[in-house]
This record gives sequence, C-alpha cells and structure tokens, in this order.
Amino acid sequence: MLRRWLLGTTTAAAIMLAPPAVMAEGKDIVVTYKDDIVTLDPAIGYDWVNWSMIKSLYSRLMDYEPGTATLVPSLAESFEVAPDGLTYTFKLRKGVKFSSGRDVVASDVKYSIERAVDPKTQGPGAGFFGAINGFEDLTGGKATGLAGIETPDDGTVVFKLSRPDATFLHVLAINFASVVPKEAVEAAGGDFGKKPVGSGTFVLKDWVIGQKLVFEKNPGYYIKDTPKIDGFTVEVGQEPLVALLRLQKGEVDIAGDGIPPAKFLEIKNSPDGAQMIVDGEQLHTGYVTLNTKVKPFDDLKVRQAVNHAINKNRIVRILNGRATPAKEVLPPLMPGYDSDYSGFAYDVAKAKSLLAEAGLADGFQTALYATNTDPQPRIAQAIQQDLAAVGVKAEIRALAQGNVIAAGGTEGEAPMIWSGGMAWIADFPDPSNFYGPILGCAGAVQGGWNWSWYCNAELDKRATAADSMSDPAKSGDRVEAWKKIFTDAMNDAPWIPVTNERRVVAKSLRMGGENNIYIDPTRVINYDAIFVK
Amino acid sequence: MAFVLLRRLGQALLILLGVAAITFVLLYALPADPARMIAGRSATAQTVASIRHELGLDQPLIIQFWTYLSGLLYGDLGRSYAQKTEVWTLIVARLPATLILMATGITVEVVLGVTFGTVAAVKRGGTVDRLVMMASFVGVSAPQFVVALLLLYVFAVTLGWFPMSGYGSFAHVVLPATTLGVLGAGWYARMVRSAMIDVLNQDYVRTARAKGLSSRRIIFRHALPNAILPIVAMIGIDIGQFMGGVVVVEAVYGWPGIGQLAWQAIQQVDIPIIMGVTLTSALAIVTGNLLADLIAPFIDPRIRTS
Repeated sequence: MLRRWLLGTTTAAAIMLAPPAVMAEGKDIVVTYKDDIVTLDPAIGYDWVNWSMIKSLYSRLMDYEPGTATLVPSLAESFEVAPDGLTYTFKLRKGVKFSSGRDVVASDVKYSIERAVDPKTQGPGAGFFGAINGFEDLTGGKATGLAGIETPDDGTVVFKLSRPDATFLHVLAINFASVVPKEAVEAAGGDFGKKPVGSGTFVLKDWVIGQKLVFEKNPGYYIKDTPKIDGFTVEVGQEPLVALLRLQKGEVDIAGDGIPPAKFLEIKNSPDGAQMIVDGEQLHTGYVTLNTKVKPFDDLKVRQAVNHAINKNRIVRILNGRATPAKEVLPPLMPGYDSDYSGFAYDVAKAKSLLAEAGLADGFQTALYATNTDPQPRIAQAIQQDLAAVGVKAEIRALAQGNVIAAGGTEGEAPMIWSGGMAWIADFPDPSNFYGPILGCAGAVQGGWNWSWYCNAELDKRATAADSMSDPAKSGDRVEAWKKIFTDAMNDAPWIPVTNERRVVAKSLRMGGENNIYIDPTRVINYDAIFVK
Repeated sequence: MAFVLLRRLGQALLILLGVAAITFVLLYALPADPARMIAGRSATAQTVASIRHELGLDQPLIIQFWTYLSGLLYGDLGRSYAQKTEVWTLIVARLPATLILMATGITVEVVLGVTFGTVAAVKRGGTVDRLVMMASFVGVSAPQFVVALLLLYVFAVTLGWFPMSGYGSFAHVVLPATTLGVLGAGWYARMVRSAMIDVLNQDYVRTARAKGLSSRRIIFRHALPNAILPIVAMIGIDIGQFMGGVVVVEAVYGWPGIGQLAWQAIQQVDIPIIMGVTLTSALAIVTGNLLADLIAPFIDPRIRTS
C-alpha cells in the first residue's frame, strides 16, 4: 500500500511537471542576484546591485564613457565652468522625455538634487552636494530648497558653489544626481523606489516583490543605438551556486554574484571557462584602521610595526586569489595611484624591532573588530595570527555590520577594524573620494567613518587646495597633489592597506562585449553597453 | 467552551504584546544606529540628526513603542528604513509563497511521518522498524542545506525533472516541500511510533484483537486516532516555524518566502521589517497553537469532558 502511494505521487508529480523555464529567444537577457533589490529610487539606492540598475533607469547631466572613467555630458548638451570654479552652467539636451511622456526640464534637475539632499528623503547621498550654496540650510531644515541651483529657463541649470569643488562634475554623474519627475515621486506616495520613472536607457515594466524585475528598453533614448539589448529580467533570491548551475544550463545570462569559491576552479578549467568568467579590478581598498587615539596605536612606531606584520599574500589566498595585496590607500585603477610607492613589506623581524623601539618588545593586547559574515571573520583570524607572530594579542570582535560601524565612530572604542564587507569602494573615480570621510579631520568625529581618528591639519589643508583646482587644464597637477597627499598619509600609517579586491561576474557564452562593461568602474554591469552576440 | 475560547484569545493577545515589547527593546538597544546606516558614509552630523528626527528616533523609547503600538491597531507596521516601502506590503507580497511552502511541507512531513511511524510501530523490533528509525534519525539530524542542495543536484540539475529555482507552478514547490518534509518527517515518525506502541499495548486493542477484528481495522479505526493527538499539537508548532521563514531552503531554491525578507532586513538593521516579520510569525505560532487546542476535543472526546 505504501509503495502504491509513493508510486502514485511520483507519477502525479511527473505529469503535473511544467517544463523548466527556457530562456526567451531574442535580445532579452536574464540576470540573477541573491539579495532582493532594495530600491530603485536614485536618492536612496546605494549598494552595488541596485547601483547599475538605477544608472540605466535614469539620466544625469554628466555620465561616463562605457567601461572608462572618462566624463562626458549626457542629459547636458554642453556646460561651462566659470574661471573661479564657483559657477557651473549647463544647457540641457532638447526633446528628452521621461518614460511618462513629459519633457525633462531644468526645474526637474533642481528638484531631483534638492530631493537627494533633503533629510526628509532619508537618503545616503546628501553629503556629495555639500559644495552647493544653501546646503546647510536644507540639511538643517532652515530652507526647503537649494539656493545655489538656478533655472533661468527650461533648458538651463546654473549651480552656484560655496567653495570650488574639482569633483563637482563627478558629483553630477553619480546616481544621487539622477533626474526624476516631481509628479511621479508624489504619486508614488513615499514608495518611488518601487514605482520608478526616469529618462534613462531602460524602463521598469514589472516588479514582483521577492521574485523578479522586468526592464524594457526605452525606445526613445537620446543616444543612438543605446541600449543594445531589448530588455533584461532580474531574478532575485537566487543562491549564487544555483545561479551558476542555471547559467551553465542556459537559463541565465549573467550571474551577478559571481562564482562561489567552491566552483571557481571547475569553471575556470572548463572548456568555455575563459569566456564565462569576467574578472575585473574595481576601485576598492580593504584595510585595517589603526586608531590613533587608542594606546599604543598613538605611537607611529607601533602602527608601522603592525603594518610590517601582516602577510597580505595569505589573505589574498583566503579570497581565492580574487584580490591583489595593497600597498597604499588608493586602488591601482584610481588616478593618483603611486606605482613607485613601496609601502610596508611583510617583515616580521622589522615589525618586532619597531615594537621593541616603542618599548613594547613583549607585545601588547588589543582588539580587532570585523563584520560577522564570511569570509571576513576568517580574514580577521589571519590578521590575528600574523599579529600573534610579533607578540600582539588581538581579540577578534566579529559583529553585525551596523555595530562595527557604530564602534568605529565612537571615540576610543575600536583599536583596530578590518574593513572587509564595509570597505571603501569609490563612489566616483576621483582620488579625493578616498580622503575626506575616511582619512580627513571631518570624518574623525563621533559617528564618522574615519575609524583611525587620524586628523592631520596640514594634509587637510592640502586636500582642500587640491579640490579647489577645478580648472580642467590643471587636472594633471591636481592628481599629482593628491598622489602626494596619500603617500604622506601613509607615512603616518593610520591604516594597514591589505587588499584590492577584484569583482567576478559570470556570463553566458552568448553575451558579448569587453570585460570592462561587465565590471564597469563606475557602474558594475553596464546594461547600456552589453549586448547579445 | 466560549469562555475557554475567550480566555485563550486574551492570553494570545498578551503573548503578542509581550513579543512586540521584547523585540522592540532588544532591537533599539543595539548600538547600531539606523539613522547612520541610512545616511551613508558621506553624511554630515547634521544630516544624521535630521534623519533621526524624521524617523522619530530622537523620542524616548517608551514613546516610540507607543507610537508603534498605536500604528499596529490600524494595521500599520511602518515603513522599511532601507526600502521606504510599507512593511505590510512587503510581508503580504511574500505571504502566498510562505503559506504554500508551509502547507505542502507540513503535508509531506505528516504523510511520510505518520505512514512510516505506524509501519514501524506495527513491525516494532523488526528490520523495517530499525530501518525507519535509522532513516528518521538521519532526517532529524541532516543539515537542511546539504539535503536541499543534494535534491537540487539530483532531481533538477542531473535529471531535469524539476526547475532549479523559482516560484509559480506546482513543479517549483516539489523540491523545497520535499526537503522540508523529508527532514521534518523524522520527528513525526518517531512520535507516531512511540504513541502507537503505547496504544497498541492498551487493553481495548487487545479486546479488539480478541473479537477477531482485522489488524488493518484495528490500526486505522482503533489505534491511529488515539495516537494522532500529539501530531496535531506538533503541526501547530510547525505552522509557526514555517511562518517565521525557512531561510536555508528558501535561499537554495530561490523561494520568495518571508525568511529571505527577514534575513536581508537583519543585515541592513531594517528594524521595521524585523519587527513586522517577528510579529507575523508570533501571530502564526499563537494561532497554530490555538487551532490545535480547538481541534483536539473533536479528535479526542475525552478532552471535551475533562
């Protein structure tokens, strides 16, 4: 009887089986991610998954050439920068429409940036617009708009800055500067992130929460022959390992989370492996902060010593080789990276002698904070072992990300923090992005991100000077100035730069295009540029 | 009867209130500051303070809790910090998938567990009994992700009988429900077996045998109904567990249930979602137990009289 029942159910199951989903023919592709998409609101979205989708849903005054860090006007047709670097005037491209059908006008640009800065929006992007006149009034609740954005007519936007900001064009190219129509934001009743309206290369057609998002090409996009695919479906909640199996079966075109370590070699050595793996550098540095306000890290010799103590190659191996050992603050792709800088070599004897010079020949006890998701605790353990080899006993405190961030921003709290999982990935390809919040005095405050609490007034002055060089003709000098700032910062050793992690994306054989549009320095997957062969 | 029901309802409400209070205090006692998480890395202290004010986080905890409770009365679970979407919308969107997996998973585990448990009890001491008990031991101790991946690899990747991942058709639910069912069946099998052995040793069963009833009739009419009561109670508990989300199985099969929502919210310190999911699953546990208690008298008349 039991056997009959079992047989009965299996046959029933076999009969009721729908054939497994087959990928639609044509130029629609399927992309998978493990995590659900948090939001598509450009004033809110700030993770590497929604970043690339938001890029393609909206347009901004400035953008980058695909696969590069080269700025180009986008929604702007042209722009002028006043000689003092305090006034930027943009002429808008004519005839650009939102997907709702309405023309994009200058007041939309003003509204969108004010919305990103307004604390009522509760977004993470306000700080980028700090140079615009009236910024403090809006964030402090004394004004409802930004006095520094003027719209003399529908086709012109003028920005007035309170200080020169050489990164301002980059700022206008980040997602937070995306242009949105006010009426659609208001109609969405606080949930614009799920009902987005923009003027980018794609339009969101459907969003089934927890399952999938369907994007369709915007046929009227203002740049010819862009995008190159007809649409893409993002399937979420997909375990990376399963996504990869589906990719090998042809059900998936891009496995956004890359290749799980256990499968990496198998895929790499398979006949089609080389065409499926996209392995690219990104603007990322992973580091250990050394709290200059906590003993004994207030002593430069101690900071130098622990810099010499870390075996970075071993950490690279823990990351399955998907990283390179870092020597300095900036990642190699960043303008201003100093390829001649030798950094602190792995040298246990030197570390010990420096500790002895600091009067700590017997080592000391300290604590190392890290986030509690794999592989970060394992990396923290590797660092712990390296430190133990020179006599430093570090207790690991693996906590949820929010708690590590809270500890880092509390004075005198966290002696060392491994930044993995929270590490700095550049918001835009400019060296200044690696200074202000994480190494400058402005970040060394309660609740800040400068977890070394390193504050060098002289470097701060040079940083401000460098960022005032907004004349494009001087950009070479500016990069040189920044290069020097970071080398000088490293002389004070507030960090142990540990790794520059690469990103891995897996794609199906029919996907075409260079690697740098799958791991685009400013948008990860560049949906505007990828194509089906 | 009506009085008992009212009293149980009152107790259920108190339990929910307690769960809400404890979760609320625990979440807000964490050092992580939601306003800072929202404001991002480039935010000024002023922006963080303004956002904290917008979220009402600058109010005393007791007032925040009161605001939350009064929202609950109107069915308002608040808005997600990270997504800005209403928590209610997010939970409702994932409820069908959770309910389907719960129903199918429990069905599989009960059918398998009761069948094998009964067989083992009837054949106790024999090879079949030992095999069933061994299998149930493996079932209760095997890690979910191993079984889930194994089934996925065999039946979806290699044989191609079922889709690897997703939601929508009957075929999609087979593997996740089987994973949960096979693993849960072990508990049921053991429980049914021991209950059945107890019953089969009772005098009335001996009497039935002496009367010359067929053993099929004895098992199905006399023994099983008396052994089923603990199973009903256990289903009540399982309803709650499944409603809280089965994170691992959901993750492996890309099942859009409530567990994935909760897991992601925890990563992002998205307190309103964590609160919402906790309350939903507490509600489910309370309801499940309430239902089990209400059904019990109908299965076993002895409870009605006592």
